Amino acid sequence: MGGNWPLSRRRAALAERGAVVNRIRAFFQEKGYLEVETPFRIPAPAPESQIDAIPSAGWFLQTSPELCMKRMLSAGYRRIFQICRCWRDGERGVRHLSEFTMLEWYRAEADYFSLMEETEALVAAAASSSHISYRGLNIDLAPPWERITVADAFLLYAGCSVWQALSAGLFDELMVEQIEPRLGLTRPTFIYDYPASCSALARLKKGDPTVAERFELYIGGLEIANAFSELIDPAEQRSRFEAEAAARASLGKTAYPAPEKFLAALADMPESAGIALGLDRLVMVLLDAETIDEVVAFTTEEL
Amino acid sequence: MYTAADLRKGLKIAIDNEPYIITAFDFAKPGKGQALYRTKLKNMITGSTLDRTYRSGETFEPANLDDRKMQYLYKEDDHYCFMDNDTFEQIHISESAMGDAKNYLIDNLAVDVLIFRDKAIGVDVPNFVNLRVVQTDPWVKGDTSGSDSKPATLETGYVLRVPPFIEEGELITIDTRTGDYNTRVKG
Repeated sequence: MGGNWPLSRRRAALAERGAVVNRIRAFFQEKGYLEVETPFRIPAPAPESQIDAIPSAGWFLQTSPELCMKRMLSAGYRRIFQICRCWRDGERGVRHLSEFTMLEWYRAEADYFSLMEETEALVAAAASSSHISYRGLNIDLAPPWERITVADAFLLYAGCSVWQALSAGLFDELMVEQIEPRLGLTRPTFIYDYPASCSALARLKKGDPTVAERFELYIGGLEIANAFSELIDPAEQRSRFEAEAAARASLGKTAYPAPEKFLAALADMPESAGIALGLDRLVMVLLDAETIDEVVAFTTEEL
Repeated sequence: MYTAADLRKGLKIAIDNEPYIITAFDFAKPGKGQALYRTKLKNMITGSTLDRTYRSGETFEPANLDDRKMQYLYKEDDHYCFMDNDTFEQIHISESAMGDAKNYLIDNLAVDVLIFRDKAIGVDVPNFVNLRVVQTDPWVKGDTSGSDSKPATLETGYVLRVPPFIEEGELITIDTRTGDYNTRVKG
């Protein structure tokens, strides 16, 4: 008795997690989404400056299924979702595992505002109640949730403009220390319209090209999802990737091959929106877990 | 030399040539942004604390400490007494400088006493120590529905969560780096 207590003690959490995943699948099936599986091991991840892929026999383990799923949009698939493993090198903490589970879904002829509404419905379907208790907070899931722009959040919580923060090189620090802890405390929060420079694959906002049509979802101060109206201009996407690749090079990071097949497919991609939701994080919030370790069968250290 | 990726609770680093211990650590990475390593640091000489956030690529020197193998003898008032088994020299360390190590001190435990400029400023205990459970509620056999852990008080007064099958009087192993239950000691 008692051989592997860390594993056996998670039984209740893993049963709950399984139920959440079942409800998520039912939600998408009812909405006419096709569940897809794309390869985990890919030749060319999106070259984002701050996301590092793990090499795998000359290729890479995916950091997100984004590029393959967008190629499917270009090929005429209009509503697709996927629940899959992703890998990000060097990310480990109470809210991070280097190998984690992502839920991504993409929809043709949609923009980021329509994805906010769909996310409200998805999370409500995944939870089994209208309120959740997380870190001592009572969070009301009834829509509409709070919506605040990144610009307003900086003025309100960080005491400076987002442009001052960017030029001082303090955007990430202020986001982590001053803003994130105040998001999603009584109901979930969508923080949206990120500076264009923080959004390598998002469409710039119509009427204000200084920001991109991108949002993040926070519940109880925890980042749950990232979404945007997809950039579908191949030339613009190529130059964004070149800028990210240059940033990677200046940081001394591994260069990735350009994802040429993805760039070619963009020409056929309809106006679309897509979202990446950290499934382990959502389960953490629904189960009131303090660490990501509590909601997965194995952590890296236990292998 | 350490990099930001090495930072964790319990690590001892030098800041302005003084030794600091990390008392709380958090890895953060705002969406699409850079990795940030948030720490709470305690100055091991003065006990003062500070919050620092570091970025990837920053490097750190280890705290410049000597260590001496010594044996724990007893606690008196708010001081802990240790002895060098070769020279029989005894030294005292204040409770505030002990940190979490005081949770694991049983008589005769071998420790590393940390010395900075000829002054004892802290203690490193072994990564794993065996301690006896002095109080915990009995396990209701067959109860598979309920909680998966329960509180237990150890002989040092330290309270932690243990599996439900652990009984009073049992010896268990604690991972002192995390303060968590590791395994029960057979026999």
